[in-house]
Amino acid sequence: MEKFTTHTGRAVPLRRSNVDTDQIIPAHWLKKVTRSGFEDGLFEAWRKDEAFVLNRPERKGATVLVAGPEFGTGSSREHAVWALQNYGFQAVISSRFADIFRGNSLKNGLLTVVLPQETVDRLWELTEADPTAEITVDLEAREVRAEGVTAPFELDDNVRWRLLNGLDDISITLQNEADVAAFEAKRPSFKPRTLPAA
Amino acid sequence: MGRTLAEKVWDDHVVRRAEGEPDLLYIDLHLLHEVTSPQAFDGLRLSGRKVRRTDLTIATEDHNTPTLDIDKPIADPVSRVQLETLRKNAEEFGVRIHSLGDVEQGVVHVVGPQLGLTQPGMTVVCGDSHTSTHGAFGALAFGIGTSQVEHVLATQTLPLAPFRTMAITVEGELPEGVTAKDLILAVITKIGTGGGQGYVLEYRGSAIRSLSMEARMTICNMSIEAGARAGMIAPDRTTFDYLQGRPHAPQGEDWDAAVAYWETLATDEDAVFDAEVFIDAAELTPFVTWGTNPGQGAPLGANVPDPADFEDPQERVAAENALKYMGLEAGTPLREVQVDAVFVGSCTNGRIEDLRAAAAVLEGRQIADSVRMLVVPGSVRVALQAVEEGLDKVFTAAGAEWRHAGCSMCLGMNPDQLAPGERCASTSNRNFEGRQGKGGRTHLVSPQVAAATALLGRLAAPSDLSDRVVPVEA
Repeated sequence: MEKFTTHTGRAVPLRRSNVDTDQIIPAHWLKKVTRSGFEDGLFEAWRKDEAFVLNRPERKGATVLVAGPEFGTGSSREHAVWALQNYGFQAVISSRFADIFRGNSLKNGLLTVVLPQETVDRLWELTEADPTAEITVDLEAREVRAEGVTAPFELDDNVRWRLLNGLDDISITLQNEADVAAFEAKRPSFKPRTLPAA
Repeated sequence: MGRTLAEKVWDDHVVRRAEGEPDLLYIDLHLLHEVTSPQAFDGLRLSGRKVRRTDLTIATEDHNTPTLDIDKPIADPVSRVQLETLRKNAEEFGVRIHSLGDVEQGVVHVVGPQLGLTQPGMTVVCGDSHTSTHGAFGALAFGIGTSQVEHVLATQTLPLAPFRTMAITVEGELPEGVTAKDLILAVITKIGTGGGQGYVLEYRGSAIRSLSMEARMTICNMSIEAGARAGMIAPDRTTFDYLQGRPHAPQGEDWDAAVAYWETLATDEDAVFDAEVFIDAAELTPFVTWGTNPGQGAPLGANVPDPADFEDPQERVAAENALKYMGLEAGTPLREVQVDAVFVGSCTNGRIEDLRAAAAVLEGRQIADSVRMLVVPGSVRVALQAVEEGLDKVFTAAGAEWRHAGCSMCLGMNPDQLAPGERCASTSNRNFEGRQGKGGRTHLVSPQVAAATALLGRLAAPSDLSDRVVPVEA
């Protein structure tokens, strides 16, 4: 995973609630067996509309998505995170994220930041009025900054530490392999197995 | 203080607990399918890792499989590569797989329970949000992303953030014609698509206890549609009776030991939930969705709502967008909404009881000329059982198409899709824009409502059928 410390970029204001993972990346894209190449599938249906905010020339190169509540609701497809990253997004701001999407994003170094809806409203107003306005997402300071906005955000210490250092979860767990083996030794014999005992 | 069912199962799986770290939980069963696993196996290969416990891992093909001509090569080359990738990965890493054509193939959440692999008190994960289905057995079961799939393959564990508990208590008796699907749709509308966020839901009360295992699976399945981490129901005699004798259920002394353990799992009387919701079963009626998220639902007898009536500005805008997408006008009685297609199937409602319920409504009748109806069993075993009972003939005689097992039109990854603008009454779990095909419009319904809707060509319940045809004896 790439490290995330701080990022500054222009924004895409997405004034919609319940943006589900089928909108972020439609199912037919999920046939791919790679983690890359999903950028053209991002919000595919909405992008058919020229007026859709992502299609506006002034939003080209924007890296921070500011979305409505319940962002990422729906399926567990990590492809939704890959699509946002493949397109160029580094951070997503919303007042509420769906749990699985949030977990997936933080495992991939896409920083999902929870801010109160009033702050999201202010970021929408700011970036709609001035498409060149930049937003800084500072993980070290746990703060979002933009013109007239300084908003602290919460993030679990352990998750933050992993993101700041770009750590791989699996390597961390494998350091505790002895604990896993000890647990396995005491599992009850009635627990099912998918294969006959070797 | 006492503990809840969810807390007990969690505590029994903690491999490591340390200050400032998430609990590391052991995973008893890992289910795989073709869509969310290829990148996880790639990750294992890149880092030279193996699957730690192939004996706790099982794969099926479901999301992407065709439901017609399954004996022929898969027409879509991209779909074919994905299925072949799963087969290659299963072989290379030693994972048991049930491929297209295998008698145990089917939707992953139908296959696990029917094999008896899903049992009370287990932790169950799968790279699919509807893993919550398995919570019906009193298992802690949740959907995970591909990074976590790789983590479980490599370590058989997951570091997990703590959860909160919510009791959904449903007392009383469900009125005739009201099903588990109507109940869960009503719950989601009540608490909203984000209402369960961060929570494990526990469904309790007399109405829940009286439900069959398959009905309980329908309820737990859609917990994710309320944003919940998982949904659970305490195991009881109904659970044990369902499990006993299944291929992977414990036997002999192991069975006795297992039941003794399972009986300890129910929430203690003095346990406290972080949140509670109460529902009176007697007040429920057949329920359908009118919008583009599963929280936008209403009783079948209601009208399409007016967005202006929503106080919350976000909900108002969402309702406006939904009506526009769905091509509906505020104030239209839902019973007057005409449909083009009906889909019976999915991990929500693709089990034998669902097919029986739909067939009972269709028997001796013909679906409307304007409607095409697909019936897709949740697994090959379900299909075989349906054929044994003659249900397939009821469906085809009524004018429906009887297909092969898979996820099919629930998510439109395979060729079973709606055309733009087509409207569908569907027993599946998501009515998102384009979910069943680009531009397709979905109304979530129960199998009974799906069947009645197919007959009348508009949203309807079996009680709307005036022509009470006496079923022909087989």
